[in-house]
Amino acid sequence: MNHLTMSSMQRTLTALGQQEPDQVPLFLLTTLHGAKELNLSIEDYFSSAESVIEGQMRLHRKYRSDCLYPFFYASLEMEAWGGSTLFLPDGPPLCGAPVILRPEDIDRLQVPQVASSVPLAKPLATIRALKQQVGDTVPIIGVVISPFSLPVMQMGFHAYLDLMHEQPERFDKLMQANESFAVAWANAQLEAGATAICYFDPVSSSTIVPPALYRRTGMQVARRTIAQIKGPTATHMASGRALGIVDDIIATGTAVIGVSAQEDLAQWKRAAAGRINVMGNLNGIEMRRWTPQQAEEEVKSAIAKAARGGGFILADNHGEIPWQVSEDVLLAIGDAVQRWGRYPLSWITDHACH
Amino acid sequence: METYISPFRDALKALDRAEAEDLFERALRQYTPLEAVEKVVVPALEQIGAEWHEGTVALSQVYMSGRFCEALVDRVLPPSDPDRKHQPRSAIVVLSDYHDLGKRIVYSVMRASGFEVFDYGRMDVDALVKRAVDDRLRVLMISVLILPSALKVREVCAQLKAQGANVKIVVGGAPFLFDDQLWQEVGADAMGKSAADAVSIVERWMGDMQ
Repeated sequence: MNHLTMSSMQRTLTALGQQEPDQVPLFLLTTLHGAKELNLSIEDYFSSAESVIEGQMRLHRKYRSDCLYPFFYASLEMEAWGGSTLFLPDGPPLCGAPVILRPEDIDRLQVPQVASSVPLAKPLATIRALKQQVGDTVPIIGVVISPFSLPVMQMGFHAYLDLMHEQPERFDKLMQANESFAVAWANAQLEAGATAICYFDPVSSSTIVPPALYRRTGMQVARRTIAQIKGPTATHMASGRALGIVDDIIATGTAVIGVSAQEDLAQWKRAAAGRINVMGNLNGIEMRRWTPQQAEEEVKSAIAKAARGGGFILADNHGEIPWQVSEDVLLAIGDAVQRWGRYPLSWITDHACH
Repeated sequence: METYISPFRDALKALDRAEAEDLFERALRQYTPLEAVEKVVVPALEQIGAEWHEGTVALSQVYMSGRFCEALVDRVLPPSDPDRKHQPRSAIVVLSDYHDLGKRIVYSVMRASGFEVFDYGRMDVDALVKRAVDDRLRVLMISVLILPSALKVREVCAQLKAQGANVKIVVGGAPFLFDDQLWQEVGADAMGKSAADAVSIVERWMGDMQ
């Protein structure tokens, strides 16, 4: 087997340029697993930037992922808005009580100042330190929750759907506030050293809102927000379906789309047609009970469907690997990429011929 | 009755309340409230549920449809109406996590289908088991969003079994949709892929329990 000739950064940028790099880039989006590496509880792990810096570096070396992922947890943004976080021993931290208790609260909403926010200082410090360690050799992926999806945490899902359908003026007011925050938060991460921003936008997926509503709402919000983010973005629907709105997503100006395990990667690759890069779509929930052999088969299948010609990053379908996924499976994914992900991927043609 | 179902379903999907209400009123001129609910509202919600599962209808449409139908049905079949289906004793709960949209949708669709269901809100394992036993439940619907909560269903099932509770458990939520073996692994009796699925599962069990 040939030696790898590219750094993770070169590999990723080549793939995102719709060219074939030396190997399929693997974005193994592990966050909680850093706590396992350091033998800390999830709450203790996320209480300091130092832990997450060390955790991310260990995970990067161990699992051979082509990116660093200094994402703490979604609710951290809510802490900046005055909310709270509930820590679990075995899962992602959850958002506490809503900060918008009644729609009228939107009229008095104060947008948090990113520069002076204590909760947001930890990820920024993490990004700075990781950048110091890896320079331009490994992409560092920052995260913002889209202004259109953040209200699920700000006010609760059903209250947000009611607002969206019944109070358009207040909905617009909330979007303005959230767009201002998301742009400032994304740009602060880019200034700290993030290479790109993952724009998590599950509410925009066709799983949550119909395409016609997306075109009037989430798409317009994404267009305005992404235009002001001073770096590349990857839109992630966090397991939601989006194949039916591919052209609209491309029109928001994003460079990458995270694909659901409920959609077919080959169909996505065809629909993308070189206009957007495809990332996905290993099933993180099923991954919990995969054997290493199954992991290899799943990796092989994803590569066969979407990796030829570049424009593809192998990742899970949700944007975060569940805590319950074993070390053996994560190692097997890395092994499988090394075995089956070397370009020019001639085995795919051979495979098809036999 | 068939003539009402498709237009009523389409009005719900388009969030056209006036049209849905008009169709329901027209059905009520020909049929009893219970007949109108069972032959128009329930099939329309079932079709919307099936389309949600196929990926052609979004969660927001399922939620708004359920909420609207719940209000419609409450008007013609108030909770005290003898035509309401009070059996089997059923409850719905969010287990451990704090995401209650799925539970709200299933609750609305169950009530819009003429069922009365205890709404337990959000509970942890021990409190849920105690309440289910105290209430002598026959059906427990558990909604979750995150994987750790889905895995806790196993403890609920084991504790209820250990206490000899005669209760059937139906689960629903994202982890079960992404891993179709998970509901069996945690010991549930069934998995609902949509809110309408919950209705048909409970109706089937209701038949078995009689």
